[in-house]
Amino acid sequence: MSTVEATYVEPVRRMSANGWATLVIFLPPALLLFTVFVALPMTEAAWFSVFNWNGYGRPEKFIGLKNYGYLIGNATFTRSLINNGLIIVVSLLVQLPLALGVAMMVAGRIAGAAVFRMIFFLPYVLADVAAGLIWRFMFDGGYGLPSVITGALGLAPYYLLADKTWAFSAVLIVVLWKYFGFHMMLYVAGLQGIDKSLLEAAEMDGATAIQRFRYITLPLLGPMIRLSVFFSVVGALQLFDIIVPLTGGGPFETTNTMVSFLYYFGITRMRVGFGSAVGVALFLICVTFAFGYRRLFMRDD
Amino acid sequence: MTETALPLSETATAAHGPAGRAPRGFGAIAIFATLVVFGGIVLLPILATALNGFKELGDLQANPFGLPRVWVWKNYWDVLTGYRYWQVLGNSLLIAIMTVALTLALSSMAAFTFAHLRFFGDRYLFSYLQLGLLFPVATAILPLFIKIRDLGLLDSYWGVILPQVAFSLAMAILLLRTAFRQLPIELLDAAMMDGCGYFRYFFYITLPLSGPILSTVAVISFVASWNGYLLPLVVLNSESRYPWTLGLMGYQGQYMTSWQLVLAFITLTILPAIVMFLLAQRYIVAGLTAGAVKA
Repeated sequence: MSTVEATYVEPVRRMSANGWATLVIFLPPALLLFTVFVALPMTEAAWFSVFNWNGYGRPEKFIGLKNYGYLIGNATFTRSLINNGLIIVVSLLVQLPLALGVAMMVAGRIAGAAVFRMIFFLPYVLADVAAGLIWRFMFDGGYGLPSVITGALGLAPYYLLADKTWAFSAVLIVVLWKYFGFHMMLYVAGLQGIDKSLLEAAEMDGATAIQRFRYITLPLLGPMIRLSVFFSVVGALQLFDIIVPLTGGGPFETTNTMVSFLYYFGITRMRVGFGSAVGVALFLICVTFAFGYRRLFMRDD
Repeated sequence: MTETALPLSETATAAHGPAGRAPRGFGAIAIFATLVVFGGIVLLPILATALNGFKELGDLQANPFGLPRVWVWKNYWDVLTGYRYWQVLGNSLLIAIMTVALTLALSSMAAFTFAHLRFFGDRYLFSYLQLGLLFPVATAILPLFIKIRDLGLLDSYWGVILPQVAFSLAMAILLLRTAFRQLPIELLDAAMMDGCGYFRYFFYITLPLSGPILSTVAVISFVASWNGYLLPLVVLNSESRYPWTLGLMGYQGQYMTSWQLVLAFITLTILPAIVMFLLAQRYIVAGLTAGAVKA
């Protein structure tokens, strides 16, 4: 992906004894740790997923692809998939334009630009768990934002997080609040890399602000936009920490994501085979997306 | 896309501002007003959390977004004088520091071999380690749990630290190998000519010249570890070993209906992150975004 790769000239050097010694001491620790805690578990997930196993003794009850069959027929899992999709849609249709718009405002010489950038980035630094809990309060029908509105209008308290039609919109709002600053910062970096003489020249030639944005700024931001989309999707696919404190997957299991589904239905019930099948499904989605996206959109970057 | 600087100061912005010139008059006022509104919306939940920690429950219910009628210091005082708060922060700090130290050590050594040594299968090994970038820890969490249990690391700090390091290696090695290769090759040639071996070159030249990228890697793995939730949730059982994310959830479970206490606890647990962010915002923003951009 980087330009260094292409221009780096490999030193043609025979491995000396000193080189071998370095290699034998420097490389194995990382390889070992990676193999034991990343590569092996991922491979084992595929193996465990064809068993009905509670995690004790050896996996013996081979059931073929039945775990995957259960997944496809599971309404809660389907709902989780849809929820992950909703996060992606909102990230792309709301978060991306909002982050870009705000980035245009704070990348310029507006008073307090640096302060605003810091404020917008602040939620990204907080842990998802804390963000989820803060917003559980904010959405609380007895104490938070809804209580102010229902109180003023003299209505009965409204518990958004217990409303099975709308509870997931709370998750979407928290995701927006927490992650939009990160994407804004990517765009700020992109905007600051644009040569301003291009924009000045266009202005002198009579290009309007909209034309300058459409034909200069936007194309030059291309790599950053593609990157921002990539992180939006990858982040959406692994969302978990916000769900637990905010809704716990409820009400009526309407606000799970794939990972929270994996947690509540695989880990807490020690259904190792079934949970592994969820993990494999998530893995396939992540890998397919990562490879597909890079091949299609990020070739030139 | 390798060198996207993140100039954060006003002067740097002025020099490269994309608008060409500063917005003036009505436009500037409209932009400023929009930013104030957005900033207020972003800050509201954090400010409300901190302020509500000073209220009594009745006051909180009657007036959730105003200043406290009576400032109740007791909520905060009780958290600060209890053992639980310091215990969970201490655990998080211990886990995060060990994770960062091990990540830096293992990834810089591995990245060094990939940057400077040619050996049989080097490309395959590098690609193998890069597989870690493709999937989050959640995908393999069940087999990982079994592995940690079989290794006897369940309910121990190492059971959290080692997998965290393993999952941060891919990104760290990628960032460091690129940076190590950008050091002038003449340095290595000269050092080798003078009989300086790879070990000394690594410790006396590569590492001292790689401060910025090492701090980027440190920031990324520290923040990931400090904010981590799923892995400690699965691995740790004893409350005495809980990091603050688990401690916070436990506290909330215990005082569920006493929001003023929960909000005071939240405020104090997010305080270290906010203070660190304000003190070292340059490094943290650059680390978290430039790290993403460069990889």
